[in-house]
Amino acid sequence: MPKKTAYSAQIEYIQVMDEHGEVDPALARGLLEDQEILALYQFMVECRQLDEIAFKLQRSGRMGTYPQNKGQEAAAIGTAYAAKKGQDFLVPCYRENAALFMHGLPMHYVLLHWMGDERGNQIPPGVCQLPLCIPIGTQMLHATGIAWAFKMRKEPRVALTYFGDGATSEGDFHEAMNFASVFQVPCVFICQNNQWAISVPRETQMNSETVAQKALAYDMPCVLVDGNDLLAVYKASKEAIERARTGGGPSFIEAVTYRLADHTTADDARRYRDPKEVEAWIAKDPIIRLRKYLEKKNLWDESKEQALQERSKVKVADVVKTAEGIAKPSTDDIFDYTFETLNAELEKQKRTMRTSSLGQDPNQIGLSATEQTV
Amino acid sequence: MPRTDVMKQKGLTLVDAINEGLEQEMSRDSRIVILGEDVGHNGGVFRVTEGLQKIFGKDRVIDTPLAESGIMGTAIGLAMAGMRPIPEIQFEGFLGPAFDQLTNHAARYRSRTRGAVTVPLTVRVPVGGGIHAPELHSDSPEAIYAHTPGLKVVMPSTPYDAKGLLLSAIRDPDPVVFFEPKRVYRSFREEVPEGDYTIPIGQAKVVSEGTDLTIVTWGASVFECLAAIDKMPEDVSIELIDLRTIYPIDTDTIIQSVQKTGRCVIVHEAPKTCGFGAELSAIIQEHCFLHLKAPVQRVAGFDTVMPYYKLELEYLPDSKRISESVTQTLAY
Repeated sequence: MPKKTAYSAQIEYIQVMDEHGEVDPALARGLLEDQEILALYQFMVECRQLDEIAFKLQRSGRMGTYPQNKGQEAAAIGTAYAAKKGQDFLVPCYRENAALFMHGLPMHYVLLHWMGDERGNQIPPGVCQLPLCIPIGTQMLHATGIAWAFKMRKEPRVALTYFGDGATSEGDFHEAMNFASVFQVPCVFICQNNQWAISVPRETQMNSETVAQKALAYDMPCVLVDGNDLLAVYKASKEAIERARTGGGPSFIEAVTYRLADHTTADDARRYRDPKEVEAWIAKDPIIRLRKYLEKKNLWDESKEQALQERSKVKVADVVKTAEGIAKPSTDDIFDYTFETLNAELEKQKRTMRTSSLGQDPNQIGLSATEQTV
Repeated sequence: MPRTDVMKQKGLTLVDAINEGLEQEMSRDSRIVILGEDVGHNGGVFRVTEGLQKIFGKDRVIDTPLAESGIMGTAIGLAMAGMRPIPEIQFEGFLGPAFDQLTNHAARYRSRTRGAVTVPLTVRVPVGGGIHAPELHSDSPEAIYAHTPGLKVVMPSTPYDAKGLLLSAIRDPDPVVFFEPKRVYRSFREEVPEGDYTIPIGQAKVVSEGTDLTIVTWGASVFECLAAIDKMPEDVSIELIDLRTIYPIDTDTIIQSVQKTGRCVIVHEAPKTCGFGAELSAIIQEHCFLHLKAPVQRVAGFDTVMPYYKLELEYLPDSKRISESVTQTLAY
C-alpha cells in the first residue's frame, strides 16, 4: 500500500513593520490608527525609562535584583493592547511589565516587588492579572485554569500568559498546553523568545527549528511574529484573542525578540554573549523602528522626543518616589496572610516575634512554669 | 443518590461518606468541580466519585489528562478565578509531580499577594499502606505538607469524620490537603447523618477516655491502637486521641490529656525521623514537662523506603508494637 502523509503543517512568520519603520500596507490595513501608534510609542518610551531607572536603583543599592525588560516592550505592549483591560486576564512571568501597566497595575508595584515587599504583588481590585511569577514555566497552568473558569461560566473573557523560550522546556508548559487544548479554554500562550535563558542560548535549549512548532503537538493554532514589531505582535494577538473569545480555543504566539540586557542585575551577559550579536539586535530595537515610522509620517520629531523624554523622566521619578515612600511593612504582615484566619500557634508566634528577644514565647517553652515551681 | 438498603441498615463506609459529602456539596455550590485521573466515567480508582459524573455532567466531574502537576496547577487557576475545585491525586505517591504547584503556589498565593489572591482548594488524596498495593501506593507523607506554611492537612479515620471534615475542607477559604486512609475505605460501616454537618478543621477527637497514658494517632493507625488497648489489662486506663487534623494542630486537646495522664505514646505510619510524632513530642515537652512521668514514645514506620507489600504489615505499626510501647511507658 502506498505511504500516506499522516500529518503536515506550516507555520507563518509575520512582520508588518521592519526595522527601518517601513510598513507592509496590505498587512497593516485596518490594524492600528496612527494616533494609536503614537500613543503606544510614548507609552513604550515611558516603560523603557522606568526599566533603565530600575537598573540604576539596583546599582545604587536602593533596590534588590531586577530583571530588565529592555528590548521586549513591543511583545508586551502589542499583546496587551489587543486584550480588553478589566475583562481579559494577564498571567505574566517577569519580563512584560509594560503589559501589566497597560492593564492597570500602578508602576510602583513592580518596583515594590523587587524592593523585597510583597505589597508589590497585592494586585488592586479590578486589575485583572496575577503578580510576577518567579519560578520558570509554572504560571501557564494557572492561566489555563483561569481561562477554564471563564469557559465554565460562559464569560467572554480570555487569559493571556507570558513566558520565555526556556520555559518551554519545563513539563508544566506542556501540561498547560495539553490541558488548554483538550478542554479548548480561551487562553493565549505568548512566548517571548528572547534567545537566551540566562546563559543558555535557544539552540541549546531545544533542538526544534522554532518554539511555535511545539504547539502543533497540541493541535493549537500557532504563529511566529517579529516580536520587536508592535504591529505584527498586535495583529497576531488580536486574531488569537478573538478566536479564544468566540469559542475557538487556545493559541500560541512566538514573539521573536531579544533580551538586550543581562538576565538580571545579578548576571553579566558578557561572559557568554558575543557583543556583535547584541549590536545587531540593538538595531532591531522596537522603539527605534516606531520612531522612524512616526517621523516618516511627520508625527514625530526631535523636539517632541525631547519633550517626551523629559515628561517620562518626571513621571518615572514620581513612581520611584512613591515606591521608596512606602514604609517598611510591620512584622505582623509576615503572619497575617498565611491563612484567612490565623490559628493559635501562628497568633502566638506573631506575638512572640514582637515581644520576645528569645524568639520564643516564655510561656510556650515553659519558663514561667519553672519559675512557679522553684 | 438515595442511600442503598445496606447503607440504611448498616451505615456508610468511608468511601460512601465522602461520595455522599461530595454529591451534597456539589448540589449546594455550583462553583465546585471535581477533576482528576479516572474520576469521571470510572468514578475514581477507589470509586469515591462513583456516579457523580452522571449526576453533574462531564463539565463538573472531569476526566483530565494524566498529569498531576497539570491537575494541581489548573485547579489553582480555577480556584483563583472563583471556582471551588476538588482535584483528586490518585495516590499519595503521585503527589510528587504536583508538589511544586501545591507547595510553591497553592500554599503561598495568599501570603505573597498579601491577601489579594486566594486559592480555596480541596486536594483529595488516598494515603497510607496496608492494602497490598504496588510501589508508591502506600506512603504517608502528611508531615511534609504539615511543614508547608499555607496548607491545612486533614486525615479522617472514620466515615462520620470524613463527611464532616470534607464539608469543612471544601468551605475553607484556604487550600486543604484531604488525606483518605485507604485501609479504612471499606473496612467498616457506621451511622452517618444524611444531612449537612461539619467537623471543624483543627479539632482532635478523644476516642476513649483514660487516666494512665495518652495515645495520639491518626488515620488507619487509630484501629491498631484500639486493638492494642483491647489487649491491655483491665486496670490500665488509656486515653486515645485521634488527631483528625494534622495541621493546624489541636495542641489543647493533647496538652490537656498528657497533663492528666503524664505518659504519652504517639503512633503513625510515616517514617519516625521528622515524622509528625516528632513535632507532637516537642509540643508535649514544651507544655507538659513537669507533668511527664516517662519519656514520650513514638511507634512509627521506619526510616526506610516503604517496603513492597510482602513486608508492609511488618513495617506498619501494629497492635503488638503499640502494646509493647504502652507497657514499657507505663512501667518506666
